Amino acid sequence: MDKMGEIELNLRVNKVEMRKSKHDEQFNFWSGVLFGLGLVAFIDEAVFHQLLHWHHFYDKSTTSMGLITDGIFHAFSWFATVVSLFMLADLRKRKIWDGKQWAGATILGAGVFQLYDGIIQHKVMGLHQIRYNVEVIYYDVVWNIIAGFMIIIGLILLIQRKASKTKGKVSET
Amino acid sequence: MMHGHVVEISGFLELFILVFTFIVIISYIVAVYMTNRKYKKWPLIRVAFWMMGVLSITIGVIGPIAEKTHASFQAHMVNHLLLGMLGPLLIVLSAPMTLLLRSVPIGWGRFISKLLKSSYVRWITHPIAATLLNTGGLWILYTTDLYRAMHVSVLLYVLVHVHVLLAGYIFTLSIIYIDVTPHRTSFLLRAIVLVLSMAAHSILSKWIYANPPTGTTITDAQLGGMLMYYGGDGIELILVILLCYQYFRGKSKRREKALVY
Repeated sequence: MDKMGEIELNLRVNKVEMRKSKHDEQFNFWSGVLFGLGLVAFIDEAVFHQLLHWHHFYDKSTTSMGLITDGIFHAFSWFATVVSLFMLADLRKRKIWDGKQWAGATILGAGVFQLYDGIIQHKVMGLHQIRYNVEVIYYDVVWNIIAGFMIIIGLILLIQRKASKTKGKVSET
Repeated sequence: MMHGHVVEISGFLELFILVFTFIVIISYIVAVYMTNRKYKKWPLIRVAFWMMGVLSITIGVIGPIAEKTHASFQAHMVNHLLLGMLGPLLIVLSAPMTLLLRSVPIGWGRFISKLLKSSYVRWITHPIAATLLNTGGLWILYTTDLYRAMHVSVLLYVLVHVHVLLAGYIFTLSIIYIDVTPHRTSFLLRAIVLVLSMAAHSILSKWIYANPPTGTTITDAQLGGMLMYYGGDGIELILVILLCYQYFRGKSKRREKALVY
């Protein structure tokens, strides 16, 4: 390949990687949120179901509505984990991955799902409790406070990121 | 435990299935060998997928696990996973239709592709129809009396197993595009259908956990239900990864193509 061809190719490759569209920021954000959701669902299954055996596979007090939404969430969390990692790979390939925004979105997604699990699934739908034969109220409080903290930290990270970006734009002009 | 008369697959039928298994594996290998001279080399991994897929199905129909299914719900569930999920997935990965099309004379090929393009095939390989046939069939099997009836009638036993195999195959085919696929649907539609089908599968396994099918003990049904839940998760995870892999690979190819012009 001659010199000119090589330069052209490099430009082309760079263009592919750097090309941005107005959806990239949203894409980055949703990749993080979905990964956070999948991560919490995975920890829930691995730690609370399999390792600690605190959660039960199915306790008979579940409402049928609870069974259905649990099934959908279970399936969606698998899908979210996989698709979010493919999205991350895509962002990295194009060299437009915004790690700080992604981390904020991940923590936010994890917190929202944890809160949903703690309030709606455990309490409203009675899917299963965090632990059996104990005063479950303390577990519930800790569970949901952790969820709340994650949401707050996630939001702070996202707001900071947004602020630093707009600041950068102002100083450029 | 099963009561009274129980369906037994006779020795003759077992021998027939065994010979049939042998023939389909050999035919695939012969077709690969013959067509490799004329066309691009057929990937060896597909031969392995075909052999493993056919064997999964055979193990699901005859042999020690299949014999136990009359007495044990867990064995029945292992069978279901082999026959309805793992076998079909491996078969789809081995792309038998593509191999068939490059093995037969042109006239036949035209006929087959005409068949594949027909509105019947379009209808039945649509993700929604395929899911209803696949997961809907399972719901009917376990929530009605069919499960018990299947074990006293040979005809029903054979029909249900053929249905599980075919529906599993068509469902897998409708979600991931490896073999010849004349009727394509969008990534979003397939993603939604796959998530809902996974959900229906896990809901059904919890339902079985709580409501043992007629003739099974509670422990047997609970362990069987959990086997269905986690086994299904494992195979469905492979489907999700393949679906996403195909979509994102296509996406980056389209991006590069757009830049050339």
